[in-house]
Order: sequence, then C-alpha cells, then structure tokens
Amino acid sequence: MSVVAAAAAQAAQDSSWAQTVIFWVCAPLSVLGALGMVVSRKAVHSALWVAVTMINLAILYVALQAPFLGMVQVIVYTGAVMMLFLFVLMIVGVDSSDSLVETIKGQRWLAIVLSLGVGVALIAAEGNSIVGPAVGLDAVNAADGGNVQALARLMFGRYVLAFEVTSALLISAALGAMILAHRELHTPRSTQAELSDSRFRLEGPKGPRLVPGVYARHNAVDTPALLPDGSIAIDSVPGPMQARGALRPVDEPALDEVVEVFEGHAVLTAPVTPESSGDSDGEGEN
Amino acid sequence: MDPNAYVLLSAILFTIGSVGVLVRRNAIVMFMCVEVMLNAANLAFVSFAHANGNLDGQAIAFFVMVVAASEVVVGLAIIMTIFRTRRSASVDEENLLKY
Repeated sequence: MSVVAAAAAQAAQDSSWAQTVIFWVCAPLSVLGALGMVVSRKAVHSALWVAVTMINLAILYVALQAPFLGMVQVIVYTGAVMMLFLFVLMIVGVDSSDSLVETIKGQRWLAIVLSLGVGVALIAAEGNSIVGPAVGLDAVNAADGGNVQALARLMFGRYVLAFEVTSALLISAALGAMILAHRELHTPRSTQAELSDSRFRLEGPKGPRLVPGVYARHNAVDTPALLPDGSIAIDSVPGPMQARGALRPVDEPALDEVVEVFEGHAVLTAPVTPESSGDSDGEGEN
Repeated sequence: MDPNAYVLLSAILFTIGSVGVLVRRNAIVMFMCVEVMLNAANLAFVSFAHANGNLDGQAIAFFVMVVAASEVVVGLAIIMTIFRTRRSASVDEENLLKY
C-alpha cells in the first residue's frame, strides 16, 4: 500500500517537474511572441508572432491537462484564424505598414502607462488567487474515461443550450461575412471591346506597359527597364515591389560598358560584318 | 509548480494585448491584439480549471474560442469592406463620422 502511494507521489512529482519545464520554456516564448506582435512594423510579421504565441499557449493547455483545448487551439487559431488574417493581409497589401504619426498627442505613452496600470491591477487582484497546490483534473477526467469524454458530458449536458446558441452564432457569422464581402454590381460588366475602347481614349502610351529590364546580368522583376536616354523606367516594376523599395537598378559598370560601345570607344565581342551575318542567314535557311 | 504562475502569464499577455490595441493604428494588427487578449483570458480559465479540479473552465474556454472564431470572420469582413471603400486599413482614416 505504501509502495503504491509512494509511486503515485513520485509520478505526481515527475509530472509537476515536467510541467515546470514546459511552463518556463513556453511562457517566455509566448510573451516574446506577444511583444513581437506589438512592435513589428509590418502586419505580416505581427501575424507570424501571434502564431508563435498561439502555439505556445496550446502547449501550455496540454500541460494544464486540457489536451482537447490544446488541439482546438492549434486547429482553430494557428490553422484557421491566422490563415484568415494572412489572406486578408494579402488582399489589403504588403505595404500596409503602420504609420508612426500620433493622431492624438501623447496618446502612445498614455496608452502604455494605463495598460501597465491595468496589468499591475490584474496581477495584484488575481496573482495570488489560487491558494494551495493545484487539485488537478485526473479525478474528473477519469470519471468519464478521458478529457474529451468529460468535456463532452459537460457540453452536451449542462451547457447544451449555450452549445446550440453557438451554432446559431456560427451560422450568422458566416452569413454576415458573406453579405459584407459581397459586392453588388451597379453597372453592367464591361465587355472586352469596351475595355479596349476606354484604354485607347486614355492619355499616354497606348501599347503595353514596359516590362522589367532583361539584361545579361539581371533579369528579375525588380530590375527596372531603361529608357532610351539611360534613365530608369520606374513603372516597369510591379507596384508592391515599388512600395517595398525593393528595386535593383542595373549596375553602373554595365551601363558604362553599353555607353562606351554605343559611342564607338569599345567593342563588346567580335564585330558583326554584313558578310558573316549573310552567311549565317544562308546557313539558317539551309 | 505554483498554479498562480499561469494566471500571472495570462495577466501579462492581456496587458501586452491591450497595449497593442491602444498603440497600433493598423486595424488588422489591432485585431490580432484582441485575439491575444482573448487567448490570455482563455489561459486564465484553463489554469483555474486545473487548479480547482473542475472542468467548467475548459468548457467556457471552448465557447470563448468559438465566439472568437466567428468574431474574426465578421471583423475581417468589415475591415475588407472598409478597405474597399477607403483603400486603407488604418483606423485613423475611418473618420467620416467625425466631421
């Protein structure tokens, strides 16, 4: 009997030790993720930091004997919600970084101070609210044969009304999102002929827009095309890359080389003579 | 392991989330901060459930997750609609009712 009790105590101590390790690994990481979310300039980086926080919280849930909630956390938050955030960020655009202009003067510092006040109040109010060691959920879970079964008994028993209301909420949320995202067409959709017509009524060049530069050393989309006078055609680079400032102009030596060849000071490779070009043409035809 | 540590972590996360909501101007990032605040509350629920040996906290946390998911769906749809008309996701641009 005493052997069994000692083994149980040992097991409890082991699980407590594991819980301590998990907490001290995951808690700093989750706080780091939250801080990274607040200080990241770009919204995409914030989203990735939030994902870090969510995953660490899921691990903490599992450590707190809530494996079902841990899995739901991974599936719902990191799986669905963060993907939704990333999709919306993709639509809104990568250049939607925050402005650092304060609309209300001193609002930022006031906000930080007041939030820290709320945090201190929270910690003071509930920091020591749990007296004594944690009871643990072993007994409750074992009564129904597992955490999922025990939660199911609660959800379809005591909380069945809330559960049904939740289903109504989910359906209305889906409908609301569909209505909000739906765009009514007020004018008939223009045909290809009308689009072409309107394009030719516009001022400016009628042809296709300039493509990004394709040179011997650079053929990526971030290399702007060169105009006849050697200046850079900024319009040839896609808008998002312009917004990021990720332009890679063709390098100066290459430009100088081209200019020198053009002015007759240097020769690139073997000169093309009319005879040789005629020969090659003839071979091509044969 | 002191069960109060989890509650402290939840308070810290909640504070960081509220700082983010008040400081950031991008509507999407503010929304993420709200998510972190909801998660902090969930952590408090789960840790209280563990400390008291009572599963009700986990059930409530589950319902919070469901509500948060539907809230994200509608909220992001609203942000998309505003972006479509104003071409901006910044909350400072949404000032039509101000003047």
